Amino acid sequence: MTSAATAAVLDAERAAGSGAALELRGLRRTFGATTALDGLDLTVEPGELVALLGPSGCGKTTALRVLAGFERPDSGAVLVDGEDITRVPAHRRDTGMVFQSYSLFPNLDARGNVAFGLRMRKVASAERRARAEELLALVGLPDHGTHYPHQLSGGQQQRVALARALAVRPRLLLLDEPLSALDAKVRLTLREEIRRLQLELGITTVFVTHDQEEALSMADRVAVMRGGRLEQCAAPAELYARPATAFVAEFVGAMNRIPGHVGGSGEVEVLGTRLPVEGPHTDAGEVDVLIRPEGLEVAADDGGTARVVGTTFLGATTRLSIRLADGTAVKADMATHAAAELPSGTLVTVAPHARPVLVDRRAAT
Amino acid sequence: MAGLNPTVCAAAPARQRPRLWRGAVLLVAGLYFLVPLVASAVFTVDIPNEGLTLDAYTHIFSADGFTSSLLLSIGLGVATIVVVLALMVPAEIAVRLSAPRLRPVLEVVCSLPLVVPSVALVAGIGTVLKWGPDHLSRTPLYRTFVAIQDPGFPVVLVLAYVVMALPFVHRALDSGLRSIDLRTLVEAARNLGASWPHVLLRVVLPNLKSALLGASFLTLALVLGEFTVAQLLGFQPFAVWIVQASGSNAQLSVAVSLLSLLLTWALLLALAALGGRGAKNRTPATAVSTAAAADKE
Ligand SMILES: Nc1ncnc2c1ncn2[C@@H]1O[C@H](COP(=O)(O)OP(=O)(O)O)[C@@H](O)[C@H]1O
Ligand SMILES: [Mg+2]
Repeated sequence: MTSAATAAVLDAERAAGSGAALELRGLRRTFGATTALDGLDLTVEPGELVALLGPSGCGKTTALRVLAGFERPDSGAVLVDGEDITRVPAHRRDTGMVFQSYSLFPNLDARGNVAFGLRMRKVASAERRARAEELLALVGLPDHGTHYPHQLSGGQQQRVALARALAVRPRLLLLDEPLSALDAKVRLTLREEIRRLQLELGITTVFVTHDQEEALSMADRVAVMRGGRLEQCAAPAELYARPATAFVAEFVGAMNRIPGHVGGSGEVEVLGTRLPVEGPHTDAGEVDVLIRPEGLEVAADDGGTARVVGTTFLGATTRLSIRLADGTAVKADMATHAAAELPSGTLVTVAPHARPVLVDRRAAT
Repeated sequence: MAGLNPTVCAAAPARQRPRLWRGAVLLVAGLYFLVPLVASAVFTVDIPNEGLTLDAYTHIFSADGFTSSLLLSIGLGVATIVVVLALMVPAEIAVRLSAPRLRPVLEVVCSLPLVVPSVALVAGIGTVLKWGPDHLSRTPLYRTFVAIQDPGFPVVLVLAYVVMALPFVHRALDSGLRSIDLRTLVEAARNLGASWPHVLLRVVLPNLKSALLGASFLTLALVLGEFTVAQLLGFQPFAVWIVQASGSNAQLSVAVSLLSLLLTWALLLALAALGGRGAKNRTPATAVSTAAAADKE
């Protein structure tokens, strides 16, 4: 992988042109009574990797299929470098796609698969072959050119699929949960490699996943989708620290819902503490306050009204399961050495860190 | 892989039984198929009180109409295969990709020829063919009517055989398409810049090879053995010729039957060999072990 030859290839790739800018405008797509896309807007900067994150059925795959030209939107537009490609047929879109299921052509060996796009573009045979070898080396399979798909493991097949998508130097790279069929370990290494390659090639990429960890660890920005719409699109750290909505807050990372009361001043009282409210929802009344496990302070207190009911060891931190006086179950993270003093059954007091918090309508119980 | 060899771990006496059974079944089946064949073969070469002779076989090749009827049947078979595949392959693919709800309809339509006896089919065709000249004699269609009934190459038989082959071709293609992820393969190819003809020629057809061969097998066997329709419409392909030849000479007709059986086998073997060539570059035994080793990277 680190040979001078591959380095030269990468230089050539970068010189060939940086990524394209992508814009999705108000995409709508319905299937009968189901609304898969409900006015999706998204902008992706050249060379950026944006992860489309959301629960199953929220329209991620449909969005990607519209991008690739396999699905016509009912309305809305797809723009690449400002050019409207909504009506361009799939085979002229110049996008490279990696599918969720194994998609290599079973009748072609790895090299044949990688060279397929070049063949369709009438590239000469010797050049095709050389390019296929380059790409296979780039994805770490330099000696597998003559292997057929059924002779490759799942991880290797997805590598070849990636090489195949990149071989034609597409303007966009589209990945639809490419790692979801692989086992955890392969998934981790491949995740890092995809990101490394994407950065090296500078190719604009949309990566669909329902795995928040995958999205947060790979993407420049994460676009959280819900019910066919964009809920929030932000850098991973910002998404985590300042979720725009309760949905994002709960979908990304762990989140507690603790009953609280919004007073007239726009502050919320929760666990005996008054905290400023973030975001627009400040109608006075009963609410749920959203606080992450690391945003709670737990201290042993014989007079406390909360009780530790379980602990989960996570490595450097330990997650405590705590039952509050009113029966609410919350989770709190603390350093493992500190948590050792708070075994199951300990009476404790729980207090939130003094930071602005998100509030949401009280969940039905 | 683990499920493949349950007998390996079984005790020795238990192993004997299935083997015994297998032998017995094989023997019975072998006798059932071989005895008539061998008896026929003996009948063709053994003339009572005169000893062994190959006269019956030498007569065949000099008999009137042997070559022409055989060539006609093969021609009809090839034409039927071409037409039925050209019709059904795009239909099966289109139904899967864009109208999955029509699949039951396709299934029923393709199964109809199984429940319509060929006598009924030929009665219908015969009626239309008779009706044609009366009503069409003054239109250009009349020529078409005459042309499809040319005894040299009766296109009308091809049309009938296409209908009769539908159930088999549908089954073969359906199971072939079931074994590949058609939608993903097609979309992958489209994404890589393949136009629809390229998708079909470079991706779908190569991966349907064994299904296409299977469909061709069945169609060819059907056409070579078809008697009713050809006879009732008054044409003379191979099967009809056999029956006519046998009217005059029992020994000759059995010899012809045996020969046609061998011929069909030879054709099927040739097709199978054609299919086998493609399969050779896949070596399943090594595949499993390399794939298993590979994920430990
Ligand atoms: N071809 C289709 N026909 C009917 N419904 C579909 C089709 N494709 C997607 N849907 C529906 O649209 C919604 C979004 O699907 P999808 O984009 O696959 O979601 P995701 O990839 O986020 O899981 C789902 O409710 C799904 O059932
Ligand atoms: Mg999906």
